[in-house]
Amino acid sequence: MTDRSGRAGNPVSPVRETPPGSAAAPGRVAEPGPGPSGLSIETLGLSKRFGRQLAVDGVDLAVPTGSVFGFLGPNGSGKTTTIRILLGLAAASAGTVHVLGEEMPRQLRSVLPRVGALVEGPAFYPFLSGTANLLRFDAADPEAPARTRHARVHRALERVGLTHAADKPVRAYSLGMKQRLGIANALLAPRELLVLDEPTNGLDPQGTREVRHLVRSLAADGTTVFVSSHLLAEVEQICTHAAIMSAGRVVAQGTLAQLRQDGHARVRLRTPDPDDAVRVLRGLGLAAAAGQDGEVTAPLPESPAVAPQPPPEDLVSALVAAGVRVRGFAVEQGSLEDRFVELTGEGFDVAR
Amino acid sequence: MLRLLGSELAVLFRRRRTWAMLLALAAIPILIAVAVRLSSAVPPGRGPAFLDRISQNGLFVGITAMVVAVPLFLPLTVGVVAGDTLAGEAGQGTLRYLLAAPAGRGRLVLVKYLAAAAFAVAAPAAVALAGAGIGALLFPVGPVTLLSGDTIGVAEAVGRLLLIAAYLAVSLLGLSAVGLFVSSLTDVPVGAMAATVVLAVVSQVADALPQLDWLHPWLLSHRWLDFADLLRQPVGWDSFGANALLQAGYVAVFGALAYARFATKDVLS
Repeated sequence: MTDRSGRAGNPVSPVRETPPGSAAAPGRVAEPGPGPSGLSIETLGLSKRFGRQLAVDGVDLAVPTGSVFGFLGPNGSGKTTTIRILLGLAAASAGTVHVLGEEMPRQLRSVLPRVGALVEGPAFYPFLSGTANLLRFDAADPEAPARTRHARVHRALERVGLTHAADKPVRAYSLGMKQRLGIANALLAPRELLVLDEPTNGLDPQGTREVRHLVRSLAADGTTVFVSSHLLAEVEQICTHAAIMSAGRVVAQGTLAQLRQDGHARVRLRTPDPDDAVRVLRGLGLAAAAGQDGEVTAPLPESPAVAPQPPPEDLVSALVAAGVRVRGFAVEQGSLEDRFVELTGEGFDVAR
Repeated sequence: MLRLLGSELAVLFRRRRTWAMLLALAAIPILIAVAVRLSSAVPPGRGPAFLDRISQNGLFVGITAMVVAVPLFLPLTVGVVAGDTLAGEAGQGTLRYLLAAPAGRGRLVLVKYLAAAAFAVAAPAAVALAGAGIGALLFPVGPVTLLSGDTIGVAEAVGRLLLIAAYLAVSLLGLSAVGLFVSSLTDVPVGAMAATVVLAVVSQVADALPQLDWLHPWLLSHRWLDFADLLRQPVGWDSFGANALLQAGYVAVFGALAYARFATKDVLS
């Protein structure tokens, strides 16, 4: 409890006050239910303790139905543990989990048939063929109709481009082929939610593109996709929402635009009158600094909540009105990568 | 449930390892038969039970081989299958996909046990059938004189052979449950297999120590060789019943322990 209240006042943690697509915070727990405005995954205060180590620490996730949700974080930040709890593979030490509007793990039997999952890499029976492996996992789902089993397996293999290798033993598959087979396993039945843990791991650029395309087409059909990744570029390309984890905590969450905005956007100005420009911008409340070759940069306020962000066009007109000759002007948005590194630490020295 | 069991049996019996073990078991009677065929007559009272009878009647090959296989070979193969049940899936990573399917934890434990039990039936049957086959091939086959002195025909004698195989299958059900429990404790299948086999051996060693005779009636292996009653006329069912009761106790206790452990286990492999 103490650590959570300590975090509440932390300005670096712009965890959504009102998550997009969710109802107002109070009462939200009492009436779960996916729908156009519902959440496909919702966790409150989710924690998991292994011995003395707190692997997941008070995670509040809100994954809107219909979103492609990127679950970001360095290795060891608690992503996979969170996913295991979402799927009922591990029990939470504290907190509640709702998936597709139902409580987990209590409603596991009715929830999981509607969820396709790829957890921590694919795993198969090496001595069985790709087809036989999928038939086996499908037979484990009591709600999967046996009558359509072969057709569904065939269709799933087709979707990931593995038809040619369907009858080979998985032992002979490359890492990329296993990864595809793992994705095919997640697609055996029509799913409302897909949980994909590092789906492009081990894939060549071609395969990565195909997975991206697949995720987009699934999302277009209305499937909510929850993708964990440490590849930012991937998340930027396919996701609508994201959460960033670090050392077991969610340090930022929201739409991709919100997350980028929360990063350090800055103004970059080229002018022959740098001194005047710095004076004008400082007058407007920006910490402007002159660089080389007549370049002036000024970080915009970190978040609109902290200080009002002046529209760029107002900055230009103020500069021109003060007689500053403007040669170039740009507002550079912080990339997700900047934001990620800022929140989780540089290089291998990640928070644990 | 039935579909998952079908899938489980298909996976078990499509594995080369399973067939290798069944073939190794089938090789025991073949080895015995060939050795007896190539040697001069075996003097009575030496070697395993019934060995001296083989050259007169090939049906005794199966019985002799089962006697030979009880202490080590049958527990070894059953230990491999039962120890692999849950730990094998965990070590391979497929356990998480079965549970996410969702197979259901109770359902999976039950299916795994039933598959291990199916192997416990197949293993002694492989010895008995290979024994009958090779015995018929290398030796004369005829009416069998039972321990009670009565003589029965060939068809009935084959029936008795299968009855002994059934007795051994029941004997191995308890060990299968022990293996299932050990398998629920670890993600390393080899460890679970070894532990199960070691427990079977320890049980037999304890059974041989007179100092522990108070413990003997409770030991898993105590009645493994008590199938002589099945070779009398009429068939004596007392030892079959007592063995079944003992094994049922082991199945109940270790099955419950395996379920209790597995139902709450964090699957992190």
